[in-house]
Amino acid sequence: MSPASKNHEEEEEEEEEAMAAALRGTLVTLAKGLGGARLHQLASRPLSVSASLCGAESPPARADGTFKVTMVPGDGVGPELMTAVKDVFKAADIPVEFEEFHLSEVQNMASEEKLEQVLTSMKNNRVAIKGKIHTPMEFKGELASYEMKLRRELDLFANVVHVNSLPGYNTRHNNLDLVIIREQTEGEYSSLEHESVPGVIECLKIITRVKSRRIAKFAFDYATKKGRNKVTAVHKANIMKLGDGLFLQSCAEVAELYPKIKYETIIIDNCCMQLVQNPYQFDVLVMPNLYGNIIDNLAAGLVGGAGVVPGESYSAEYVVFETGARHPFAQAVGRNIANPTAMLLSAANMLRHLNLEYHSQMVSEAVKRVIKQGKVRTRDLGGYCTTGDFVHAVVENLRHRPVQ
Amino acid sequence: MQTVTLIPGDGIGPEISAAVVKIFDAAKAPIRWEERNVTAIKGPGGRWTIPPDAKESMDLSKIGLKGPLKTPIAAGHPSMNLLLRKTFDLYANVRPCVSIEGYRTPYTDVDLVTIRENTEGEYSGIEHVIVDGVVQSIKLITENASRRIAEYAFEYARNNQRSSVTAVHKANIMRMSDGLFLRKCREVAENYKDVKFTEMYLDTVCLNVSVAGLGSDRLVLTAGLGSDHRVHGTAPDIAGMDLANPTALLLSAVMMLRHMGLHGHAARIQTACFDTIREKKVLTKDLGGSSKCSEFTAEICRRVQDLD
Repeated sequence: MSPASKNHEEEEEEEEEAMAAALRGTLVTLAKGLGGARLHQLASRPLSVSASLCGAESPPARADGTFKVTMVPGDGVGPELMTAVKDVFKAADIPVEFEEFHLSEVQNMASEEKLEQVLTSMKNNRVAIKGKIHTPMEFKGELASYEMKLRRELDLFANVVHVNSLPGYNTRHNNLDLVIIREQTEGEYSSLEHESVPGVIECLKIITRVKSRRIAKFAFDYATKKGRNKVTAVHKANIMKLGDGLFLQSCAEVAELYPKIKYETIIIDNCCMQLVQNPYQFDVLVMPNLYGNIIDNLAAGLVGGAGVVPGESYSAEYVVFETGARHPFAQAVGRNIANPTAMLLSAANMLRHLNLEYHSQMVSEAVKRVIKQGKVRTRDLGGYCTTGDFVHAVVENLRHRPVQ
Repeated sequence: MQTVTLIPGDGIGPEISAAVVKIFDAAKAPIRWEERNVTAIKGPGGRWTIPPDAKESMDLSKIGLKGPLKTPIAAGHPSMNLLLRKTFDLYANVRPCVSIEGYRTPYTDVDLVTIRENTEGEYSGIEHVIVDGVVQSIKLITENASRRIAEYAFEYARNNQRSSVTAVHKANIMRMSDGLFLRKCREVAENYKDVKFTEMYLDTVCLNVSVAGLGSDRLVLTAGLGSDHRVHGTAPDIAGMDLANPTALLLSAVMMLRHMGLHGHAARIQTACFDTIREKKVLTKDLGGSSKCSEFTAEICRRVQDLD
């Protein structure tokens, strides 16, 4: 290389550095200096797919430039995962402030007032991050758990789970990229049960045209927005002819409005088998409640388990970020072994939703780099490190950390 | 000579049933096949039933071998499989899932048996349209059926030297229904202290199965929530083309022989089948080979005769 071109390269590098520094500075100024209200308005412009359904009211003005997000740690390893998120956010100096609420059914921290508080906060902030609120098994008289109540009150009808293989962590199927969309307000989890005769219990599964159409439209909108090619509806209409038949019919009707996206159907049992044998044939999957639960977990297992899959739940106005496979993982509480990858990736998705694209990439790239390097891995991925070690490694890998 | 009712079924059913009959012939198994069709017919009073000659045959023989049955969506009559189950009260569906030596899959050393309650639960077939656009499907759980399937599972575990039984449920969401199922399982477990009993949520099971395979020596009990692990479809796209793999039906037929006490024949046929797969010279398309169904069948027949 001739000295002239070498200099040119150096110059270019310097230029890039200067640009980066300027950007950094600008962003910080933008976040803090510019009138917070204006920024907040810009950022809270509804970015979710069902934008057309969102309300147009502006949020209350804020004096500072940070975003307020509701945080509900939940049970099991939830609090530990939330700590991980907070640590990483603090190290990356991310302009997000968390409003914490401890709602839990199993730890006796649940009551109607608490639920009301959480709901009010969520409705105000519109964005939330939460762990799993465990549902105890003993039937204490309440048929609907707090998780279900939250979902219903906020009408979080769509659950989206991103099943992506992590580069550097090999599983039996690599390079997977699936999206699983699940209707989560009706279907088998309607909490409508009764004992008609002693010893005989009926549990009602409700399927409505309105909700089926809504989730189908959500799925196709999502596919269009993310540039996906195919939506597959999962059902058992050969047995539940009326119920799942209605679901299928609604999906087919909506599919006609999206001629560019291929529409297919598959029966749940065959789907499970195909997922395990050849998951690459799927792209976006849409399904009612119970099948969603099954497929979410099956697919999570394909890429590494509950510790690595992020997910979120959407309503027309709110979005809640959580892990994809929702398990409290009570055996790991206090032992510092839980894998925070799923929660951190979900937090990165949350930042993207808040239009903090730069910070979002910073966090997700740091996490992916740690996984790729393979030196620091939690137990579920075959390593020996603690949650704390992993978080530390992520913090170390945060690129362009603002100079203290 | 024992009589067995043979229901070839639809799609690839007739081909694979013929294959099984041929292999049994070669093994000189003392079975007399009575072939019957079970297409639903509308009986007196408007209720759908299976043809009376099929029912008579099953009532006499008490044993049947069935190929896959087609259930077209919105056919006007209930699912054929459901109809059969209700007619003969086939309450327990037993599916052994074992890794076959010589056929590599990403999951090795799988050895589990799923036992599924087959008469109620989500597939009870009871549905109504409440108002236009709102449909209600009923999942039925009863004490008797739950107790019966739990007892079957524990008996099976004892008789087949399996070490543990795991009940799969979703009782945190479906508190009353799966709660009842779970209570009955626990009660029955009290009487079978030699078999270990555990409970697992449905989603945890799905997670563990796809991550690491559920290991060996387990028996999994489900209240009808389950999704299956084996092909039982009619595969209409390859029907009539001599491409189907008869292994699944063959191994079920071997289970049948064991149930009838004909262990010698069962062992010979099973060995012949597994040897053929292990050798990898004559394999059907789904196992990665290029042979036809008839060639695969002929190979197994040859081996069975050699083993004699």
